[in-house]
Amino acid sequence: MSAHLSYGRVNLNILREAARKELREFLDKCGGSKAIVWDEYLTGPFGLIAQYSLLKEHEVEKMFTLKGGRLPAADVKNIIFFVRPRLELMDIIAENVISEDKMHSPRDFHMLFVPRRSMLCEQRLKEQGVLGSFINIDEYILDLIPYDGDLLSMESEGAFRECYLESDQTSLYHTAKGLMTLQALYGTIPQIFGKGECARHVANMMLRMKREFAGSQTQILPVFDSLLLLDRNVDLLTPLATQHLEGFLSIFIRYVKLPPEKFSAQKKQGEAGKDLPTEPKKMQLNSAEELYAEIRDKNFNGVGAALSKKAKIISAAFEERHSAKTVGEIKQFVSQLPHMQAARSSLANHTSIAELIKDITTSEAFFDNLTVEQEFMTGVDTDKVNTYIEDCIAQKDPLIKILRLVCMQSVCNNGLKQKLLDYYKREILQTYGYEHMLTLNNLEKTGLLKPQTSTRNNYPTIRKTLKLWMEDANEQNPNDISYVYSGYAPLSIRLTQVLARPGWRSIEEVLKMLPGPHFEERQQLPAGLHKKRQQGENRTTLVFFLGGVTYAEIAALRFLSQMEDGGTEYIIATTKLINGTSWIKSLMDRPEAQAS
Amino acid sequence: MAFITANWNPLGEAFYRKIELYEMGWSLRDGLKDCLVAAAPYGGPIALLRQPQRPSSSARPQLEIYSSSGTNMASFPWKSGPVRQLGWTVCDDLLCIQEDGTVLIYDLFGAFKRHFSMGNEVVQNQMLEAKVFHSPYGTGVAIVTGASRFTLATNIDDLKLRRLPEVPGLQGAPSCWAVLTQDRQTKVLLANGADLYILDNTSCTPVTPPGLSPQACSIVNMAVSFSYKYLALFTDSGHLWMGSANLKDKLSEVDTKVRTPPKQMVWCRRPKSQQPSVVIMWDRLLLVAGECTDTIQYTLDEESVCVAELDGVRIVGGSRHELLQEVPSACQDIFKIASMAPGALLLEAHKEYDKSSQKADEYLREIKEQSVLGEAVRQCVEAAGYEHEPETQKTLLRAASFGKCFLSNYPPEPFVSMCRDLKVLNAVRDYTVGIPLTHTQYKQMTVQVLIDRLVYRKLYPLAIEICRYLKTPEYQGVSRVLKHWACCAFCQTGVNFLDDMGPIMSGENQTLHSTVRTSYQRSMVTYLKNEMNRGDFFMTLRNQPVALSLYRQFCKHQEQDTLKDLFNQDDDHQELGNFYVKASYKEKKLEARLSLLQSAVDEYNKAKNEFAAKATEEEMKLLRFQRRLDEEKGEALLGLSLQETLHALLTSNFHKQAEQLYRDFRVPDKRYWWLKLTALAEKDDWEEMEKFAKSKKSPIGYLPFVEVCVKQHNKYEAKKYVSKVTPEQKVKAHLAIGDLEGAAEAAIDRRSEGEISTVLSRCSPTTDRALLERLNRARSTASKK
Repeated sequence: MSAHLSYGRVNLNILREAARKELREFLDKCGGSKAIVWDEYLTGPFGLIAQYSLLKEHEVEKMFTLKGGRLPAADVKNIIFFVRPRLELMDIIAENVISEDKMHSPRDFHMLFVPRRSMLCEQRLKEQGVLGSFINIDEYILDLIPYDGDLLSMESEGAFRECYLESDQTSLYHTAKGLMTLQALYGTIPQIFGKGECARHVANMMLRMKREFAGSQTQILPVFDSLLLLDRNVDLLTPLATQHLEGFLSIFIRYVKLPPEKFSAQKKQGEAGKDLPTEPKKMQLNSAEELYAEIRDKNFNGVGAALSKKAKIISAAFEERHSAKTVGEIKQFVSQLPHMQAARSSLANHTSIAELIKDITTSEAFFDNLTVEQEFMTGVDTDKVNTYIEDCIAQKDPLIKILRLVCMQSVCNNGLKQKLLDYYKREILQTYGYEHMLTLNNLEKTGLLKPQTSTRNNYPTIRKTLKLWMEDANEQNPNDISYVYSGYAPLSIRLTQVLARPGWRSIEEVLKMLPGPHFEERQQLPAGLHKKRQQGENRTTLVFFLGGVTYAEIAALRFLSQMEDGGTEYIIATTKLINGTSWIKSLMDRPEAQAS
Repeated sequence: MAFITANWNPLGEAFYRKIELYEMGWSLRDGLKDCLVAAAPYGGPIALLRQPQRPSSSARPQLEIYSSSGTNMASFPWKSGPVRQLGWTVCDDLLCIQEDGTVLIYDLFGAFKRHFSMGNEVVQNQMLEAKVFHSPYGTGVAIVTGASRFTLATNIDDLKLRRLPEVPGLQGAPSCWAVLTQDRQTKVLLANGADLYILDNTSCTPVTPPGLSPQACSIVNMAVSFSYKYLALFTDSGHLWMGSANLKDKLSEVDTKVRTPPKQMVWCRRPKSQQPSVVIMWDRLLLVAGECTDTIQYTLDEESVCVAELDGVRIVGGSRHELLQEVPSACQDIFKIASMAPGALLLEAHKEYDKSSQKADEYLREIKEQSVLGEAVRQCVEAAGYEHEPETQKTLLRAASFGKCFLSNYPPEPFVSMCRDLKVLNAVRDYTVGIPLTHTQYKQMTVQVLIDRLVYRKLYPLAIEICRYLKTPEYQGVSRVLKHWACCAFCQTGVNFLDDMGPIMSGENQTLHSTVRTSYQRSMVTYLKNEMNRGDFFMTLRNQPVALSLYRQFCKHQEQDTLKDLFNQDDDHQELGNFYVKASYKEKKLEARLSLLQSAVDEYNKAKNEFAAKATEEEMKLLRFQRRLDEEKGEALLGLSLQETLHALLTSNFHKQAEQLYRDFRVPDKRYWWLKLTALAEKDDWEEMEKFAKSKKSPIGYLPFVEVCVKQHNKYEAKKYVSKVTPEQKVKAHLAIGDLEGAAEAAIDRRSEGEISTVLSRCSPTTDRALLERLNRARSTASKK
């Protein structure tokens, strides 16, 4: 199930195994049959660590979702709560425990906090008078979750908001801890680079933790050559832009839900008589699936070509059966059948997905939106009221779309003139409601929206120096990372690219224009662990995006890894995989929703 | 091994031993001479108040606090009034009782905590003597004043002064006195010459100890045992009377042949004592008098102080710190010369086994024949607990572990827990920590209290280590320690809290951050509840950005009102404004909502956020408008956005009201046109739409008219507007209504290659041939240009 994690240059399966081991140990602590009550938010991350089969092996017989009232009946010895340390969840748990039927054979309660236990929560349980009912209270440290062969995520949704809006740096602490765990498994990372306040903070914490661990140096040959910590607020533009395929899919968040009618056709062909699926189909997408691994990082304009190429290969393979003459050849053909059939069904699925996406991407509205984005990114009329935005507001398009565009204009213009900013804000409040006042305030606090203070707009300088805009982006056969946004090369990735070659010294000026300090730290390696690089051997860099990374950025980094003369391979880590919509959503405040 | 009994002295059937705990680390020039000394039980700290050489001089006395091993913890000149008595509370706070009855409380590090007075009477009459005592109710103070009256406070943390009745015939201080706790009551036992009285709340009762030798003219000293069960009286005839504290039974009477009044007298017992005794101290002599009338005498070569413990007496001198105690029976059994007890044999067996001698087997066999191997192991384990030297502990434990090998089903717990206990004890007994706890005291005191004491001494790393080692549940263990540490670190203003985090973060404590986080919050909450005033507290917070933001988070979840105060304190008007906005949404009543919004307006104005203030005012205006309309026309508009309100009004034919809103709120023309257009289309009011289109020149052009009609599937209406569309949008308009020919005409007219291509892309195989050709031709001409 986890083979895809070990394909990459760095075997992330080690990390997953370590996490599984700990989980097994905890489960074995509670002897006898068990039922798990899940904080629903955790099921996703846990799915990446352990499948149901693992839980089953350790006598987990039932699983429930955490909700108020009485726990469902289950004839088990142990009830285990898997929860995040949130006070509101403690109240629900207390309710569960209190309403437990005392007459019925008593069940043992256990609690597993993910990723950290919290005294405040325990205090809350104590206040509710149920703390004593728990036999075991433990924590399960799940900092970095292997998401794919080259991708780690902390799945901490609120990280950006907490760091930049609420100046709560807890997630940075978890980050530093996670990186320490990583270093314990993969060796000390000799070089740390960073840009941004949060990056500086994480690096400081790491260095301090290292000093404190001084006694227990890991004697592991370092797998990573360097670590690059990047603040999300160094590059606010990238997540705002509309991205390529996987980014698109992320709207469905990893598990793609496909409407049944899209599949009925193939089902009829393949397995006639079988019931048509009535529920949307769910697919888990990661590089375990061959085809997906191939197409996911393509631009939405490149997917069609890739799929049609694949289709030809598959049908050609099926055609081979006619040319198979000898028994041996037929046998060989038959032995390939399962693989080919799997490939064909996968192709069918992806074609359906591509169709879904094509419906969106070829629509006029989508094209208009893209045009405006590209105008902003190339610096066309960013200081004036944009009529497209105006029209969209007038037609009451989704608020998030508006916010993305306005923020983008602001970022590309290094802030908007007060009058213009107030105009947009007023339009938004009048159209979508006064309650969004708080959201606008949040956007201003994080710098996504801001009034222009200095007359000088330095975005064009940044754009030119870093070559953020490439006129001749080739979407079918990309030769530069700008393909991921059809012309726009993500700033964060350019920084990464320049760091690898020729080095940040060449862009000092631009770095100074971007927020937060940039720095380089070296970590001493124990003697004998210095890596002797083979001629032509690639360097491995871990790029950590603090506050979230977009799929497009991942795709761009993957592209850089695959470039033949790149010389560097990238492993990506982040607090959370984001897209523009989810990101803006996390910054919104809905007082009216909370009130009801 | 042979030396173990070297310091044993027989007393009756039992033995007493005096072992050295520490060579004192302090350097006192004159030892304990001219010092007021107080040493806390359970190996607690020692306080010294050194009187200046010449009392007349202006030199102030020096107050010093040391650990039991003589490590200095605090030292400062005494600036308050003359001190009569020092004492320690159960939680290691120092009490300094002044002549005028004021009691000052200091912590272990000499920081002043608070003070209280023992009553007005003392101020006038001065205090003659004071005693600090411990009972289940806490720490108490008893004093006797110049007017020979006693005043008691049973628990200084819950101060209730009790003035005891007068003692007939008493002038000045009694010859000796003590505090007793009996029947849940605190009483004073005092001697005035040969007369003995018990003073309780209401009465003064004369009492006579049974069988007190008649030669005595005066009782000069008395001692009550640690448990308040036993009493010892020393008379001027040199007799020591021992009996029960209720004065009902006499245990024995010993003639010490010393007539000088002793300097100090304390009971020396242990749980299950075979031979309890009283230790009497004179200038150069220490005498142990047992019930059996036997005595042991030690010479004292320096000024010392005795400290009664649960299981012995500690003797603190200028250079040494010793423990005098009855040798526990388990140790006697094992180490007594020529002992044949099972434990002794097992120890011998193991010794031989270490030497690889076959005698080991003989000894073992002997034990096994009597089938007392279990008993032997038990004895060794128990004795290990009583031994102070780690080497001896190890020898005994090894023997026990050796013996255990030959037993099946022997429960491992006692052995394991003893090993753990000893590891902890040896760690805290260490010179640098200086808490010379015995195993018996440790068990009595409990781990929790020990951890508290370590925490109080700021020995956080050790406390954490111990918690981890003993696997104390986090909630009571590590987290609690960290909480205290965080509180402490936080209290020291000026210390950058997070930078200070380093030293403690040794080890892999994963909960640290969250704990620190909550500790912050907790410590702050505690702070709020305590004396620190809120303003000061917030000011302190201000210098700690991380703490401040965490505290805000905490308040957001827990204490909304505090959050408001916090913003207030900081003059953060923007956040205050936001706070009121949020609060307004929780209000059901419109009036309350409006008043909160008004507060928000005020705050935004103060924050110089003109936009926000204005937007909020407009929202209030809108709410009022909506209410009025809801009341008048029965609409349900309240809470809708301006746009939604307009839309609702337009679809319900309230055109006049909509116009008014549009003007009042200065809605941009373009948006209003869009809005009205869609609203009209939605209710198929084509007539009104046509009127609207003709009302004046459309600011949004006429293509939207076409598109909106098409969206409502009304091509007929749509066609009406196609002609009004600007030339640039003609092609689009024609295509929208599906008029390919019209589109083609328009495109060819404009000679635009792009537009011609667009039209071509919409052509299908059924399209008219001629049209196609014209288009293609026009395209090639256009492209040539």
